[in-house]
Amino acid sequence: MADFEPKVVAFLCRWCAYAGADLAGTSRLQYPPNVVPIRVPCSGRVEPSWVVDALQKGADGVLIGGCHPGDCHYVSGNYKARRRVYLLKKILPELGIAPERVRLEWVSATEGKRFAQVVADFVEELRALGPMKVMSEG
Amino acid sequence: MYPEGITHHPSPITRSRIGVFVCHCGHNIAGTVDVERVAEELSRYPGVVYSTHYEYMCSDPGQELVKRAIKEHRLTGVVVAACSPSMHEATFRTAAEEAGLNPFLVEIANVREHCSWVHPRSPETTAKAIRIARAVVEKVKGNHPLEPVRVGHAEKCLVIGGGIAGIQAALDVAEAGYEVLLVERSPTIGGHMAQLSETFPTLDCSQCILTPKMVEVARHERIRLLTYSEVEEVSGFVGNYHVRIRKKPTYVDPDKCNLCGECEKVCPVRVPNEFDRGLSQRAAIYIPFPQAVPSSYTLDEEACLGLEPLRCSECARVCEVGAIDYDMQEEIIEEDVGAIILATGYELYPVENMAEYGAGRVPDVIDSLTFERLLSASGPTGGEVRRPSDGKVPKEVVFIQCSGSRDPELHKPYCSKICCMYTAKHALLYRHLVPDGKAYVFYIDIRAGGKDYEEFVARAMEEERVLYLRGKVAKVFREGDKVMVWGVDTLTGKRVEIAADLVVLAQAIVPSPGVRTLAQVLHTSCLDEHGFLKEAHPKLRPLETLTGGVFIAGAAQGPKDIPEAVAQASGAAAKAVALLSSPAIVHSPEVAQVDEELCSGCGVCAPQCPYSAITVEEVAEVNEVLCEGCGTCVAACPSGAMSLRNLADEQVEAMVQAVLEEVAGG
Ligand code: FES
Repeated sequence: MADFEPKVVAFLCRWCAYAGADLAGTSRLQYPPNVVPIRVPCSGRVEPSWVVDALQKGADGVLIGGCHPGDCHYVSGNYKARRRVYLLKKILPELGIAPERVRLEWVSATEGKRFAQVVADFVEELRALGPMKVMSEG
Repeated sequence: MYPEGITHHPSPITRSRIGVFVCHCGHNIAGTVDVERVAEELSRYPGVVYSTHYEYMCSDPGQELVKRAIKEHRLTGVVVAACSPSMHEATFRTAAEEAGLNPFLVEIANVREHCSWVHPRSPETTAKAIRIARAVVEKVKGNHPLEPVRVGHAEKCLVIGGGIAGIQAALDVAEAGYEVLLVERSPTIGGHMAQLSETFPTLDCSQCILTPKMVEVARHERIRLLTYSEVEEVSGFVGNYHVRIRKKPTYVDPDKCNLCGECEKVCPVRVPNEFDRGLSQRAAIYIPFPQAVPSSYTLDEEACLGLEPLRCSECARVCEVGAIDYDMQEEIIEEDVGAIILATGYELYPVENMAEYGAGRVPDVIDSLTFERLLSASGPTGGEVRRPSDGKVPKEVVFIQCSGSRDPELHKPYCSKICCMYTAKHALLYRHLVPDGKAYVFYIDIRAGGKDYEEFVARAMEEERVLYLRGKVAKVFREGDKVMVWGVDTLTGKRVEIAADLVVLAQAIVPSPGVRTLAQVLHTSCLDEHGFLKEAHPKLRPLETLTGGVFIAGAAQGPKDIPEAVAQASGAAAKAVALLSSPAIVHSPEVAQVDEELCSGCGVCAPQCPYSAITVEEVAEVNEVLCEGCGTCVAACPSGAMSLRNLADEQVEAMVQAVLEEVAGG
């Protein structure tokens, strides 16, 4: 298990989380390369089915990054995302997926440091969880 | 000069002909990512027909390289693996357009900020860059060529509310060359500013600086003033609103009325004068104040003894110019406007709600606007401070700040912002008018943020010897002909009892009641929890509502003083003018769209939309101009009928797949 490197898909809203990741880059903060970002307009665009799909296709974790409450560029998309992720996490155990594999985090465009930290923490946690096993296999 | 690109035949399945352009960004990317390898790997990726790398892709030769490749390889899509899209997305989209490729078929793979700058040089870093680029290739494969949405618009602006904010906004828009419709509920424009005596911190006479603007409105050739009127219906969308306004009859022809005032003298009716906050009486036929605009009398139908059948007609009998017309009918005005500015202003939180301060039943406990009328040279006392109960000059006056504000338990939780300043002004003016009088101010803390504001408060404290007591007043009650004020000075910890002659409550600012109806008329959830107008974004779009083409000015958005209200009004006017002067409304086409075959008309989507862009009848319909493309409705649609242009579910699924696929040797 020592060389297990978790694969993480990150859906980042373009106004906050994606821009926060940009700032992490501009500030040359180092974090593990396990996370590959996909830019979405808003965390409210993220469909729970995408998350399940990613986990079933072999992702070990999914990160959703949005604006802090009250800051969503589209006013309330992040609140919708929060509700959806909350429900999704209730359902995941039924599918044999540990809910810790899904994370919703608020990262503002000025929080490059926070982005790097979130990624590092998440990757660490996933390392401890071990590789994702889809139920049919396990 | 250019490195050799690697060409492949198009994949037969996708028929995409994607070009991938990997930028070195000097050492910025190439220092940690093996760019050659990225280009090599991507050249083998399905759908990619051309792949190359270059030192500075954003430079002119770099852009030329992209343009040439588009033409030579008949590319159907371009992926530039480079810095963040916030840097050069526009650059490459423009370049592609110049080469004949629709700009929406160009996307950036961010391998600098998200990869080369945050990881060390290693095979993993290169592998991540490859994954990022592959995912973006998948996105481009699913992209459609799009054209910006363009619609025309009306060239008129509706301003609702004729206080100082509405006046300023109307004048600015009219000066910019556009027709303005200024709608005001009451018989005159001027708003609360017309009631004020003097203004802080300069002590200008309020009417003296306001009335020239009111006259300018009346005279302006591009402003149509509709007083005694209300907006009844608004339909349409940004740039294309249709509005219906109801103008109540004033029963006086403003063109004939010469303000002789004979009618008012013979009118047998007397009712409280709202302009003087009930300190004086007026007739049923009246003019709110001498400088009212339009300068004409108004017959208050409700106060009049009766029009149908006519019970009195004294006023008409004495009107020499025959201005009075009892048959005047209400008018319905319908207009098309491109922009709407909401400037509905504020009211004071009623004294009746303040149980702790006598609930409006203790004589000589008045609110701050009433005190303004007592100070005003044109007020009911001719500028002498006389208390309402017996007309005596009060020798001890207590001012209570934050009355109803900053009190989440009982009243309003927010700070009303202007009370610290006007209370200092009140105390100061009172001391000018009654030099042997004593003024006390109870306060929680002093918020005097503004140009020359702090100095103004200091002046009241030091030069005018107004006694500031930090603390809350617990109780106000009548004893004999005094108003007893019991409070605590929290700085000394001592109880304070003052036998006052007059108590002035700096009542909280609340939105004017009309704004709620207006919000319904506009079909928008544009009010915050306190009923103030909500801005589209608290930091970045403070002049706009969430409804496109509807802007905000003045205290309707929250407590504001005059300079702020005026500044915001000019800002809102600039926004409106920007819209009215644009040849067409251009909007990003990357918005939601409905597959009518799949839509069941369930309506789950509509309430998700913060912009009210979705209407559902048989099926859902998205207004392309209103939609901002957040995709929240798409994620909510249970039948998959709603999709976001160029970010469809299938695209995201393909992107995820591309991210997770193994990278050889990575
Ligand atoms: S735009 Fe960032 S969460 Fe909505």
